[in-house]
Amino acid sequence: MQFLGDALLLQLGYNATLVAIGAALLGAASGITGTFLFLRKRALVSDAVSHATLPGVCVAFLILVGLGGDGRNLAALLIGSAVSAGIGLWCMNWLTRNTRLAEDAAIGAVLSVFFGFGIVLLTVIQTLGIGRQAGLEGFLLGSTAGMLMSDALVIAGGGAVVLLVILLARRPMTMVAFDPEYAAARGLPVSRIDMLMMGLVMAVTVVGLKVVGLILIVALLIIPAVTARFWTERADQVVILAGVLGALAAYVGAAVSASAPNLPTGAIIVLMSFALFAVSLLIAPGRGVLAAVLRHQRFQRRVHIRQGLLALAQNQTIYEPLTLRLLARAGLARPDGVATAAGRARAAKALRDEHRWDILRRDQAQEAAAALYDGLREIETVLTPDQIAEIDRKIGTPKEAF
Amino acid sequence: MQLSLASQNGQSPRDRVSDSSPLAIRGLTVSYGEKPAVFSVDMTVVPGQMTAIIGPNGAGKSTMLKAALGIVSPVSGRVQVFGRPLDHQRARIAYVPQRASVDWDFPTRVIDVVMMGLYRQLGLLGRIRGTHRQIARDCLDRVGMGDFADRQIGQLSGGQQQRVFLARALAQGADLYLLDEPFAGVDAATEKAIIGVLKGLRAEGKTVVVVHHDLATVTEYFDNVFLINTRKVAEGPVAEAFTPETLQAAYGGRLATAQIDQISRPA
Repeated sequence: MQFLGDALLLQLGYNATLVAIGAALLGAASGITGTFLFLRKRALVSDAVSHATLPGVCVAFLILVGLGGDGRNLAALLIGSAVSAGIGLWCMNWLTRNTRLAEDAAIGAVLSVFFGFGIVLLTVIQTLGIGRQAGLEGFLLGSTAGMLMSDALVIAGGGAVVLLVILLARRPMTMVAFDPEYAAARGLPVSRIDMLMMGLVMAVTVVGLKVVGLILIVALLIIPAVTARFWTERADQVVILAGVLGALAAYVGAAVSASAPNLPTGAIIVLMSFALFAVSLLIAPGRGVLAAVLRHQRFQRRVHIRQGLLALAQNQTIYEPLTLRLLARAGLARPDGVATAAGRARAAKALRDEHRWDILRRDQAQEAAAALYDGLREIETVLTPDQIAEIDRKIGTPKEAF
Repeated sequence: MQLSLASQNGQSPRDRVSDSSPLAIRGLTVSYGEKPAVFSVDMTVVPGQMTAIIGPNGAGKSTMLKAALGIVSPVSGRVQVFGRPLDHQRARIAYVPQRASVDWDFPTRVIDVVMMGLYRQLGLLGRIRGTHRQIARDCLDRVGMGDFADRQIGQLSGGQQQRVFLARALAQGADLYLLDEPFAGVDAATEKAIIGVLKGLRAEGKTVVVVHHDLATVTEYFDNVFLINTRKVAEGPVAEAFTPETLQAAYGGRLATAQIDQISRPA
């Protein structure tokens, strides 16, 4: 535990510090980029992009070795991955535009074919016994063990460029995500904006390959966005919050994996991200599960009480055990279903309000107010006392009504 | 009235008259796959008036509008807005899409949606200022949604959603307004609010074109009609082009003769 605490506070030495800061930068950049993808409802495209990087990494490695160079030159490997991710993206766009395949099918096709090809190349490299290929598996699941200052700088630089582009393009990207037809009518180049969005995803993926690996980078792009969505109803806030959550998860995840070097960094970061998601799913106000359950129960209680009161007012027998229980608990009826004095008064009022609503809903001039009727709404929230008195004159005195 | 079941190719006299029409469409064909949804259609919108585009389901009404706006690309044909190509006149057009075309669970508030109408004024990096918010609030007031500015859009009823879309178009301050089925599935209060706003625009000299589905309100709401069923059936002032004959031609057997007589008789 002491060890983990040290890691979190960047006390674990130069390399662990480097990894934690690099991962946090990556988490922020991918969380923010992924939010736009999520809002555009194309989150899974990122999965195809990331899997399509593998052949590029392997080909770049083979070329490097073939030229007699060092196969682990990170910049060259990343350029290779970017090229093959770009080809994958192009294939996907071509498939959706020129065939009847839907985007999800195109994603599946590109993802599996490119990844399969990459695995074949990886196996070939291993059987060739070139020797220095050890680093390549790190691209699958991420490895930060040998992270260098230059690697961290690549992440920081790439992340900064991505964030700058997003700052410039945030308005058109949000508009395209919300209402692409309106954006097109305004003259926005929708397909080019979509391409820019994919380009950003590709950049984040390539930059993050080394840290989280290509299989799990999709989680870094999507989970922070869906987590942030639980907490706010504003797109700009979702974007910022996703950046913060992504950075937090990546930082903690990197620190944890530094204190237990045998654990793959990418997987730990994803689990951290998931923990934040699970907490949000449960306790977020408004969209959270707990809040929804409570809201539904409160609503159900109101329905049962109201129905129970109307039944009491009309001397009908109540069969629903829940209704009886709720009425009894509120002191409106005895457990056997006979109304108390308070219950009789409330019941009479409920029935009278129903009659009032009936009159109101027959009145053409009151259409807007009548539309608010849902069986539960108090008529006092819709009409003024004068209007209610007016309706009561039409019903007659309470005696006549009951 | 012009009843053209076969569209003329080449220069028609209308071409010259239409030089400054808010929206002039010539020989427009739009196709999904290899089945044209709109075939060789001409349209000349009269400035400062309200025009309804009418036709049965699947007649190509919305498709024509989308092609006129460059949202879908036509197979052939050309579109001129106030006498110039569409791309030079984007700032003068406001579009109100069908409200079902977007996801209303999108994380945004009513005021943010209306602010999208100010996209050109804001630019890429411009800060949102008090004046922008004021414009957006004024537009919401005009459609009777002033109290809803800070609501999340998911909490709105269908009619309220439609009014927010109209407010976004108003914020653009355009000269030509194109609306796709703004009255579909809205409550009576919304219908009244929208038609009030549209008539207000007309009074300011703006031009309004509406894809419309309710034949019963055509004579009451509009100055001109454009009847389409893949091809243009009729175009002109309501009194001349909205007749039993043109309706029969556009709707065929889908409307009983008695219905048609009742609808097209002036109220």
